[in-house]
Amino acid sequence: MNKEDLIEFEEECCHETDVTKLLAEKSAWVRKETLRIHKTCREIRIASCLSDIEIFTVLYYGKILNIRPNDPLWGGRDRFIVSKAHGAVSLYPVLADFGFFDRRELERVCMENSIFGSIPDCRIPGFETINGSLGHGLGVACGIALALKRSGKNANILVLMGDGELNEGSVWEAIMFAAHHRLDNLLLIIDKNEKSMLDYCKNAIDLEPLDEKFKAFNWKTEIVDGHNVRELYYTLKKLKEDRDGQPKVLIANTVKGKGVPRLEADPLCHIKSLEPHEIDEIIGGLDNGCRS
Amino acid sequence: MAAEVKTMRDAMINKICQEMQKRENIFFLSADMGAPTLDEIRTKFKDRFVSVGIAEQNLINVSTGLALEGYIVYSYAIAPFLTMRAYEQIKNNVALMAQIKRDMNINLLGVGVGLSYDMSGPSHHAIEDMSIMRALPNLIIFSPSDWVLAEKFVDYSIKIKRPKYARLDGKPVPRIYDGGQKIDFQKGFCELVAGEKVCLVATGVMTQRALEVAGDCLKNGMKVGVLDIFLLKPLNYDSMYEALKKYECVITMEEGFINKGGVDGLVSDLLNTKQLDVKLINLGLKDRYVFEMGNRNYLHKLNYLDKESVIKVVKEVWR
Repeated sequence: MNKEDLIEFEEECCHETDVTKLLAEKSAWVRKETLRIHKTCREIRIASCLSDIEIFTVLYYGKILNIRPNDPLWGGRDRFIVSKAHGAVSLYPVLADFGFFDRRELERVCMENSIFGSIPDCRIPGFETINGSLGHGLGVACGIALALKRSGKNANILVLMGDGELNEGSVWEAIMFAAHHRLDNLLLIIDKNEKSMLDYCKNAIDLEPLDEKFKAFNWKTEIVDGHNVRELYYTLKKLKEDRDGQPKVLIANTVKGKGVPRLEADPLCHIKSLEPHEIDEIIGGLDNGCRS
Repeated sequence: MAAEVKTMRDAMINKICQEMQKRENIFFLSADMGAPTLDEIRTKFKDRFVSVGIAEQNLINVSTGLALEGYIVYSYAIAPFLTMRAYEQIKNNVALMAQIKRDMNINLLGVGVGLSYDMSGPSHHAIEDMSIMRALPNLIIFSPSDWVLAEKFVDYSIKIKRPKYARLDGKPVPRIYDGGQKIDFQKGFCELVAGEKVCLVATGVMTQRALEVAGDCLKNGMKVGVLDIFLLKPLNYDSMYEALKKYECVITMEEGFINKGGVDGLVSDLLNTKQLDVKLINLGLKDRYVFEMGNRNYLHKLNYLDKESVIKVVKEVWR
């Protein structure tokens, strides 16, 4: 976003309905941009990238994250780790829009000499770590949270994980660690799209009751509709400000492949790609939806 | 002369404790592993000592987070569990990340390498660690043969802001470095005994064995050289070539698997790269685990790493 947009945005944010409207509009735009990237880069996990879009837009356009796009490694920034990195391509348009890098990079994802792959790494401004292998993000975040506390920094560390990722044992080592060390500057968001690669999560390893599990591990727990920007916005805002000795988790109920009916209905959508002509049709449909 | 005997970890941890006193930017993390000297750190620096519990994967991940925020981190655990339970964490969050983040100072301290935990059996042996850790780019591998080197490592670890793996023996060892030798981390090795014809190239506790062998051989008129590799990576090939070129035969000695890229593979690559026409014999553990019970010397005897077995090999090539 350029400076004028930012001022405009701040004015808009004065009114609750305007915030919601802006976040919904941005989400629709990011969804289209992500599909456009998929048109040139077939390798991205498109269904995973579609379930976390509202989470990204609320974090950035909703100013939940305290960041400086012109100084990505500013010491006081809120850190954000996308542990489900295969679903992070939909963050590229957001970061480009905020000026972390040139917008033209979006046209070169997965191409030779581009640093933008189907899974991002910390060469890209705005990304803190290298993920891709699941189950690492939360433990690294615990170390960052501890460091921030010890060095007296007021910043937060946020992590986005998928629900399938909770199968990894290392995640539970980190969940226990965070609660024991009262890391209340740590906020975990679970993109609970209910599918891993092979099937619905409940058919592989049933995670329910997930909120009760976190509560039992002494985490502050909230559940929202992960595509409802209003709910996301207010709950994330509240959780981020909560500092009462508990790590915090937001379980965002989402739909894998959101916006593309063929993917939404397919238990194997994780590995499915869309044909270019299909993408054009979907983008056209989204445009019509925006106008109505 | 009776040499002072100490464990590598106690010497190292004592020095780390002194540094923690001087510097605010050091964290010490342990995966439920103790040491007599660790108690001082635990009580003195409650906010910078963290016990992560029996959780090696999280040990590496939490260490990564701290290092990303600029702290110097020591991550302490039993060697086989540190290197193998958490191998993928080390690959992704340490070795891989360090290629982009150039000043990550994580120091993995693995205690009980080789057959240190002789009586605990093969689950506790670490005879793969040199092979698998050498496979990772961006990782410095330190393999001391005595506690003096282990102590010296601390200064080096603070100065060099890169990930490191220090493989420490679990048993007390006599000092080898008594001030007479130059400890040069640029070179990564030290020719402890200059010999003729045959040179024993060893690392870790096997250097102690190599010195015993060389001592006995000298009494029998064979002046065998001993070269101690204490930095498996990076190792200065040029200097090592200069040290080895005067010999006719090199015998590598390691308390690890041979033929899997450990010290034998390292020396073989050096000879090959430098086109050095030297006979090479590799002593170490064959392709099987060690279930046999008994103390370390007994296990060495079974695997032909005891003093007599090595002397026999030397005698065969000396003619």
